[in-house]
Amino acid sequence: MSDQSTSTTASGESTADDPADPSPTAVPVVALDGVTFGYTATPVVEDVSLTVAPGEYVAVVGPNGSGKSTLMQLMLGLLAPDAGAARLFGEPADRFDDGERIGYVAQHAGVAKEMPITVREVVEMGRFPHVGFGRLSSADRAIVERALDTVGMAGFADRRVTRLSGGQRQRAFIARALAGEADLLVLDEPTVGVDAESVEAFYELLASLNDRGITVLLIEHDLGAVVEHADRVVCLNREVYYDGPTDEFVRSDALARAFGAGAGALADAGVDG
Amino acid sequence: MTAIAGAVGAVVTVLASLVAATATAAADPGVLLPLQGGFAAIGDLASGVLLWLLDQWYWLLDWVYYLTGVEMFNPQYRFMHRAVLVGLCVGVMAPLIGTFLVHRQLALIGDALAHTAFAGVAVGLFLNAVIDLGVSPYLTAVVVAMIAALCIELISEVTDAYNDVSMAIVLSTGFALGTTLISLNAGGLAVGIDQFLFGNLSTVSPESAGILLVLFAVIVGTVAVTRNQLLYVTFDETAAAVSGIPVRWYNRVTVMLTAMVVVGAMQIMGVILVAAMLVVPVAGATQVARSFRESLLVSVVLAELAVLLGIAVSYYAGVTAGGVIVLVAVGIYVLAAAVGRVRPALAEETDRETGTIDADTDAGTGAGGD
Repeated sequence: MSDQSTSTTASGESTADDPADPSPTAVPVVALDGVTFGYTATPVVEDVSLTVAPGEYVAVVGPNGSGKSTLMQLMLGLLAPDAGAARLFGEPADRFDDGERIGYVAQHAGVAKEMPITVREVVEMGRFPHVGFGRLSSADRAIVERALDTVGMAGFADRRVTRLSGGQRQRAFIARALAGEADLLVLDEPTVGVDAESVEAFYELLASLNDRGITVLLIEHDLGAVVEHADRVVCLNREVYYDGPTDEFVRSDALARAFGAGAGALADAGVDG
Repeated sequence: MTAIAGAVGAVVTVLASLVAATATAAADPGVLLPLQGGFAAIGDLASGVLLWLLDQWYWLLDWVYYLTGVEMFNPQYRFMHRAVLVGLCVGVMAPLIGTFLVHRQLALIGDALAHTAFAGVAVGLFLNAVIDLGVSPYLTAVVVAMIAALCIELISEVTDAYNDVSMAIVLSTGFALGTTLISLNAGGLAVGIDQFLFGNLSTVSPESAGILLVLFAVIVGTVAVTRNQLLYVTFDETAAAVSGIPVRWYNRVTVMLTAMVVVGAMQIMGVILVAAMLVVPVAGATQVARSFRESLLVSVVLAELAVLLGIAVSYYAGVTAGGVIVLVAVGIYVLAAAVGRVRPALAEETDRETGTIDADTDAGTGAGGD
């Protein structure tokens, strides 16, 4: 965990270059430095510092109301921190304007449910940041078809998204991120309401994408999935309770402290499963 | 964003010139300021072009009459030619904008804006009666409705949600303001308000048809340019924001376009029924369309069908057009819903034939595609 030099109280103006890492390309994908945020006077997220390096597979876990989703919004620049600094690819997150580098997959409940739209039309949205007001070129369409292939949804391309199962729908959203040629994939509890069998396939897909060099940032409540797939775990409950390799997380007592008593059994179940 | 800003700027200029043109026509030309003179020149040009367009439309429908002999298109009834033109334009722009509203659960915003547009009409009538401004009530309606639209949007940005309470407040405030202004002015008012409340085919003047053509061009032009962004924001607002689309700006543009549609459609639909054109054809299209593009197309076709049938029935049977158009639209919706129920059953059979597609999770193989 040498890349986690967040404790270096770097002056706010410094670029996110990590002196410990000699590689010039290793600008952290996400860098939070002492980030605090609250919708009211009470902070939901307090003094959180962490960095995510390119190619990592990081899971953020925590109980309901622990500020996971808020933290994700801060990382993506959808919210501006009250204190501290959030950076995306080295730029201040709330002024980041290179949106095509990020692919976002929400809980599938979050999108317009009754809208008549095909899988291909959803995946094409991934190209919109690239084409702006223009039309999709044949090159764009080729990228879309490739993304559909990658997630195994080519056969469903002309199907209405509303008629898909939860797992298929989430694959379509992954394809949209791939079509956008995103370097960073952010998923907010992507497997809520998805049947168990599809969940397994979904995580395999994520792992294979991570092997291709895409940084994966997973906000998850399902601890079993997290310990099985993520390389690194950030355990959050307003503050960071644990940040490190997944194996150590399972052995540590961070979970019990963050979730309260009784959560240990959950983690055990996750390891065994 | 500059494209949108430019488009909005252009609307404001054209509308301002129309206001100026109508205002100067009523005022004494001797006391014109140079600036007003400039506005008047632009206004003259704009209204000249619009009247020329209108003439071409008359000519076209005259030919339709000579070829088909349909009584509705008789050259003696120029007002019917204008009503059909307005109807056809409404049939395109209402479902076009409505599609982006319905799928965000914003169907009722059209209703709220229609009622504020009525306040705008009242303001126009009031100003005409009090200071003899001579401006079309539809122009003041556009201005007031667009301001109200922006207010609703800004309120929702501050409170982080479109809530029906604020919508209801805006709706009733608009209508209350309208009725108050009109009753205040009842003595000096020559024109009835029924045409604004219920719409009227025979009162579509060349001037208001011209206003509608301008609104139509702006709405269709803006949607044509920003269709990608509007679709993304409508379907998945958070993902759109993450991908760098300025979501708030597009929401503001959407509600302002809605205000324009509402005023444009008000002429034949009336304040009370105008929201139906935004919602009902879109709801019908949602039942049968398989893709988003198809749903846009189908909703326009359904709306045009409802408008033309409605105008024809209203002409031959002598009933109010707005009501008939909505009834026809609802009838079409019911049919579409029935078709939508039957089709999935058929689709399932074809599914069984194709079988399930193997989910290939190996990312490496995908790269070799096309």
